[in-house]
Amino acid sequence: MSFQALRQTVDRLLPSSDPVRYVAEDGTPLPVPDDGGIPADAVLLDAFRRMVVGRRFDAQATVLTRQGRLAVYPSSRGQEACQIGAVLALREEDWLFPTYRDSMALFARGLDPLELLTLLRGEWHCGYDPMAWRTAPQCTPLATQAPHAVGLAEALRRRGRGGVVLVLVGDGGTSEGDFHEALNFAGVLGAPVVFLVQNNRYAISVPLERQSAAPALAFRGVGCGVPSEQVDGNDLVATLAVVSAAVERARAGRGPSLVEAHTYRVEPHTNADDAARYRDEEEVARWRAADPVVRLERYLRHRGLLTDREVEDARQEAERVAEALRAGLSGPLAGDPLELFSHVFAEPTPQLVEQRAWLAAELAAWDGDGGAGGDSDGVEEEGRSGWRR
Amino acid sequence: MATVTMARALNSALREALRADDDVLVFGEDVGPLGGVFRITDGLTREFGQERCFDTPLAEAGIVGVAVGLCMGGFRPVVEMQFDAFGYPAFEQIASHVAKTRNRTRGRLSLPMVIRVPFGGGIGGVEHHSDSSEAYYAHTPGLKVVTPATVEDAYWLLRDAVDDPDPVVFMEPKRLYWSRGEVSTARGSVEPLGRAVVRRAGRDVTVVAYGPAVPVALEAAREAARGGVELEVVDLRSLVPFDDATVVASVRRTGRCVVVQEAQGFAGVGAEVAARVQERCFHSLAAPVLRVAGFDVPYPPPAVERAHLPSVRRILGAVSRLQFDDEPDLTHGVAGVVS
Repeated sequence: MSFQALRQTVDRLLPSSDPVRYVAEDGTPLPVPDDGGIPADAVLLDAFRRMVVGRRFDAQATVLTRQGRLAVYPSSRGQEACQIGAVLALREEDWLFPTYRDSMALFARGLDPLELLTLLRGEWHCGYDPMAWRTAPQCTPLATQAPHAVGLAEALRRRGRGGVVLVLVGDGGTSEGDFHEALNFAGVLGAPVVFLVQNNRYAISVPLERQSAAPALAFRGVGCGVPSEQVDGNDLVATLAVVSAAVERARAGRGPSLVEAHTYRVEPHTNADDAARYRDEEEVARWRAADPVVRLERYLRHRGLLTDREVEDARQEAERVAEALRAGLSGPLAGDPLELFSHVFAEPTPQLVEQRAWLAAELAAWDGDGGAGGDSDGVEEEGRSGWRR
Repeated sequence: MATVTMARALNSALREALRADDDVLVFGEDVGPLGGVFRITDGLTREFGQERCFDTPLAEAGIVGVAVGLCMGGFRPVVEMQFDAFGYPAFEQIASHVAKTRNRTRGRLSLPMVIRVPFGGGIGGVEHHSDSSEAYYAHTPGLKVVTPATVEDAYWLLRDAVDDPDPVVFMEPKRLYWSRGEVSTARGSVEPLGRAVVRRAGRDVTVVAYGPAVPVALEAAREAARGGVELEVVDLRSLVPFDDATVVASVRRTGRCVVVQEAQGFAGVGAEVAARVQERCFHSLAAPVLRVAGFDVPYPPPAVERAHLPSVRRILGAVSRLQFDDEPDLTHGVAGVVS
């Protein structure tokens, strides 16, 4: 390859030197290139509604966690533009590979809120049907879902029936080997997959500058031959446009892409985290002011697309979602200890059959003494529910 | 009925699996035109094309991770970890995803993949080429772990593994790759994956072994027979699922048990076997269950690996310590042995 050809290839792969931005922080429209692909008005209005509802869903989940209704909840407040932008870029036949911080995206994708919160509630691991929703289980080990996304994209390519894959990764996740391996495999296979890095600047407590010395995380694509772009992840218009372009590029058979969306994790890592130990309130306040929902609202009002009526409708829908969530999570945790043995293998091994029988006998004995005597340690709850204490 | 090497039998199994099901894919490092460093995939790319048998980037976590995604898309990947110790980068994918996905999703998502791992020593390999890594996998719920000791089993167990609805870690004893035996493409009486078999019947002592240790145990049995002691050799074949019934029935017939493994002994598969035998056969045993295993040292360099590997002499030494002055109580029989 000549030096000039190499230079052209690199230029094609490199992201913009500044994040793509179509809307200023105050909601003013910015100049957009001819091929910028601004989403249609109806799509933007739908995005606004989903962001308002998604934020309410997220806030309600955080509150319910404080009340002990969820075991843990990693909030994605402040990342609404990324979460909704990712979902709206996909069609029904496409696949989404989310992390544990992407519950808002799953809700926006239409998953049943109780099913998608099964993991964080602690009733089981993945509560929804991944095949039915074309949504992989929320992944906790960082970036390990990225090679899965590549493999599924490769499967879709081989089947030739369409469909692309979008995988969500955080800034911390890009340091993992699996992220690099996945990018590299995607480049080699030419798989129809888009990597969306939500750079929210913190991996629990570790700030971005401790994570990578790259000019931006989007620059990681060039080393794998994967075209990359960076975008203001609090600008829904730009985020949706850039992610959609990457998705459509994959759909057209032109291979994988990497998009870095610059955003901010407004809440602590989870309810169990104390963010005051590693960042100051001024910084958080600065990012709160760069609120993606407010920005989109101002933009849409500026363009005359949004009125008080739509805003009020969205808020009312958000309240209904919150109310349904409160009601849905008001009951006791559901769980059958004997289910432990049901899904280890397609057919349980003789050992699992034996162990299941032991546990069944133990539970029956518990039922027999009413939970009041024997080895029940004074737990008053009866029967199978007693095992939880 | 043809006499072939184990390597050739494994190759035939992959070829037949690729023929039987268009969704079977074979991939890994050097498995394409080269045919794998042990030639297990020899000729498969030529016959089935790059789409069905292909080389990947040199990244084991990526190989297994991509296989997970391909399973989600309806394929049945058979991937190769070139050597035992080179499979470790894939361990997170195996332990956190391959093993758990069926369970995480309440059975909605299964991962019918085979992870082939050439394992064990005795081939003069320099470091990182001779590990016995089976216990890591056997300790991980959700994985089936299989290792053949005969050429016929190599063929049929690999066919079973590819057809299995769950992930199978298929441990191939490297030093048996060039062993020869007969294999028929008609299944005949070959037991399915999950069953142990008695390779040699004997009334005095049960010797439980698997993979590369089985031929050593059989040689020890021939040697012992010359001295009038009859060893019964049980080949586990499948570490998970574990065939308690066959092992227990044998020990209740003999009253004595030695467990042989090439892997380092501490917290190994042999320890599990010994524990299970004493839990189930205590009243039949005339002597403690003994283990013959590798030492608890990192796998040695070629110059001294023979000192490490369980040998006929070491097995016979263990047999000689089985308190033959005491009579075992063999009246407990095998009735009611479920597992």
